[in-house]
Amino acid sequence: MSELLDLAVKVVEAAGPGEGIEAYVARGHDTDVRAYNGQVESLASASSAGVGIRVVLAGRPGAAARHGAGAGAGAGAGAGDGAGAGADAGEGNRVGFAWAGSLDPAVVEATLKEARDNATFATPDPHVVLAEPDGVVPVELDLWHPHFADATTDEKVELALALERQVRGADRRIRQVDSADYGDGSVEVAIASTTGIRATTRRTTAYLSVSAIAGEGADSQTGSGFTVGRALADLDPDRAAADAVERAVRMLGARKARSGRSTVVFDPRVVSTVLSVVAGALSGEAVVKGRSFFAERVGETVAAEPVTLVDDPTDRRAFSAARYDAEGLATRRNVLIEGGVLRGFVFDTVAARRYGTASTGSAVRGGYAGTPGAGCRAVQLAPGDLDQEAILAAVGDGLYVQSITGVHSGVNPVSGDFSVGAEGLLLRDGALAEPVREVTVASTLQRMLQSLLHIGSDVEWLPGVAAGVTLAVGDMQLSGS
Amino acid sequence: MAPRMPDRRLGWTPLHERYDTAVPTTTPDRLVHAAEPGAPLVEPPVLERVLAAALARGGDMAEVFVEDRQTTGAALDDRRIEELSSGRERGAGIRVIVGDTTGFAHTADLSESGLRAAAEAASAVARRGGGGVRTVALATRQPAPPRALVLPSSVPKARKLELLARADDAARSAGREITQVMAGYGDSRRRVQIASSDGVLAEDDQVRTRYSVSCIASGDTGMQTGFESVARTAGFELFDDLDVADVAQVAARRALAKLSARPAPSGELPVVLAGGSGGILFHEACGHGLEADHIVKDASVYVGRIGEQVASPLVTLVDDGTVAGEWGNYGVDDEGHPAARNVLIENGVLTDYLWDYLRARKEGRRSSGNGRRQSYQHLPMVRMTNTFLLAGQEDPDELVAQTPRGVYVAKLGGGQVNTTTGDFVFGTTEAYLIENGRITEPLRDANLIGNGPEVLRRVDAVATDFGMTPGTCGKDGQSVPVGCGQATLRITGVTVGGTAA
Repeated sequence: MSELLDLAVKVVEAAGPGEGIEAYVARGHDTDVRAYNGQVESLASASSAGVGIRVVLAGRPGAAARHGAGAGAGAGAGAGDGAGAGADAGEGNRVGFAWAGSLDPAVVEATLKEARDNATFATPDPHVVLAEPDGVVPVELDLWHPHFADATTDEKVELALALERQVRGADRRIRQVDSADYGDGSVEVAIASTTGIRATTRRTTAYLSVSAIAGEGADSQTGSGFTVGRALADLDPDRAAADAVERAVRMLGARKARSGRSTVVFDPRVVSTVLSVVAGALSGEAVVKGRSFFAERVGETVAAEPVTLVDDPTDRRAFSAARYDAEGLATRRNVLIEGGVLRGFVFDTVAARRYGTASTGSAVRGGYAGTPGAGCRAVQLAPGDLDQEAILAAVGDGLYVQSITGVHSGVNPVSGDFSVGAEGLLLRDGALAEPVREVTVASTLQRMLQSLLHIGSDVEWLPGVAAGVTLAVGDMQLSGS
Repeated sequence: MAPRMPDRRLGWTPLHERYDTAVPTTTPDRLVHAAEPGAPLVEPPVLERVLAAALARGGDMAEVFVEDRQTTGAALDDRRIEELSSGRERGAGIRVIVGDTTGFAHTADLSESGLRAAAEAASAVARRGGGGVRTVALATRQPAPPRALVLPSSVPKARKLELLARADDAARSAGREITQVMAGYGDSRRRVQIASSDGVLAEDDQVRTRYSVSCIASGDTGMQTGFESVARTAGFELFDDLDVADVAQVAARRALAKLSARPAPSGELPVVLAGGSGGILFHEACGHGLEADHIVKDASVYVGRIGEQVASPLVTLVDDGTVAGEWGNYGVDDEGHPAARNVLIENGVLTDYLWDYLRARKEGRRSSGNGRRQSYQHLPMVRMTNTFLLAGQEDPDELVAQTPRGVYVAKLGGGQVNTTTGDFVFGTTEAYLIENGRITEPLRDANLIGNGPEVLRRVDAVATDFGMTPGTCGKDGQSVPVGCGQATLRITGVTVGGTAA
């Protein structure tokens, strides 16, 4: 661990006068087993490591970017951002980035050189600075289990094989298990900067997942289940198996439903996905760039009264909990929507300065090959009083959705338009009835937040940036036959 | 490096403003010299020894996949060149196949000792014996020149960035309502080398260049988005015949049109897909379902249907990795097999599936050249390349004129499919209502949903105006570049997932 930080610090210490450097160094190890048909289909085990380096060149009055496109991209740059953070608008910093999938010293040195060169091409911008320590102390989180995968390869293989057997044997209608996977991994990250950031994080994960096909006659339907934890011992294979079997079997005989307006009850897994899109619109970066339907609505009612939405990566129950953000600032609890009223956004350092505020410790990045941006890590809706069964009973008639497709093609986080393919069961007199497939459910995210009828008590932390919970949303358009 | 989670989704995304896959570069001078097919990434005698070591404990086949990828990515956003990014990644993935089991390990260390260590790890699956001394003799090396006329690395960075600034100006001049413009440039050079104990020794040098613009228009009805991209397996010569201002204006026009859009209809309607609007329909409706890995696991609606009429007689579907310049083009796949043109459906009759090494071996046939992987850190699997429907005879305008009521889709977004049920969705990003044979009002974005075999049977007209679109195909957590193509065509009924009653 400390060797990663040493490496990051060494990169940073190479900074020249007027030069800021941030080094993000990561190393990981993964084991993956896939079982199929009583045999090991594949067994992979590998380590990888890499570095991402940002260089910020301090501005000089009147300094221009090296590319010749100043007229379009450079000269007009000052006009859009009135919310100055005390910087001189005539001056600006320039940032460049480079990464490499190696920690070899010669490669790291070449990467720094490339990042420096790239910085000379950026448009000068007074808001572009590296994060500075802000005194917030990171919470203690138990994310690293040193014995997280203390099992032999044979034992891990057996876990995947056993999961496959369990699903195959659970119901005579299970026709096929197209994959049963075991995986574990560890990742360690160190971040250092010339502004005094020194952060290290590490986490371990383990999972089991299974995909089942149920069949009856010519009909085939699918269901999946998974279980995740910080260590092998956290896993609950029974739950994964039961989920996959139940979800596949209960879809047998599914048909299209009739088009019409309907109340829709979303399964926690689906809600986790939908909330992650909403979370994207609450990114301060999307807001300052005019890409969020929440922009300029702080203080307004944007959701039904029961909606309180918080991003809290310090919550140890969150699978995505983290001590530090991707710029090395301590993570913290941020209230986004409270009692239906929009309270604020999450920010990284640059977006915060553009907005005229401070970072909320919410920088995220896609590993060493990505640059930081603002994003949520652990969004959760304040739970309600009813469990899923009670919500189904309260709704009475409608559609229960167990899975959705086409989120990337049918949910637009800018306009809020929402249209997804859905699979699930009709809800009649408060009970689950016939299975339904090949339908879409549509609305807008704005309207869905306002039309929220019930939030479940069944908060479930899932992989991804948002916790799942059962939700009932009124007045959605169902398209079918 | 993020905690890996199960992701078995199959889907397509258009080339997004924020390019998901790695966009790696390096020092320009080094690349210029690499322009001639020069030194192999790893010397063949080393590969022979590593392969022999991989089989020391037994196994049917061993393979070394070596990759060296360099990328450049640049983004203009909010009127600023925000991000010029360079990346480099090199390493090798080694697999050992024993019966139906594959052992896999990868390393960023391309020295002989690094490769031997990975070979050792991959061969763990073969520890039940049957080993012994094996010698491996590789075929003669066939050096591959880069698939580009002008290597992007030979082009000054400033020239690449100029392209972005022009997009900003062009898009904003399309209308006052354009409030935000994001333009992206990316190039990548991916050199691969594949050697196997079967004697395969193959190389490829894949150069890809892309350009995209995403706009936001703001009006009384809120904000709308418009997107357009151009991406080719080519170098910087891409921009010889391409005016990037046109790309920007197309994106801006899409966003502007939707400001006055009404909600898309709901329910089953005839749908006309414009030529080159995405071709994603076939990628999702049957492309994934014809991948042999789903077939051998009985996880596709197309299992056991070779020789059957699975589509309208107007449907002839081809997957062709050899089409030079298209986004899904390559010389050899990531298992060393030459790219090929494969006819999958001919006049509506299912003729073949897509194959990689592993699934072909099981069936005692040859790979169709569709074994691909995202990087050396991934196992190969069956993937599409450029998948397209051959053009038909109709006049595209006539086709619309003969449609009394329906939806006209000018541009598609992404899509997703469940190969087992055949149900798939695909999203619109520019669509209009057809009323009395005329294209009328613009519609807000929506997904359409259908069932593969049913929709294929409902294709009742195909026009002559063929066009291809680049995209990123995601499968089991791996992304690869693919192309999709079609001419204007009509489906007699698909469920449109809008909010209008």
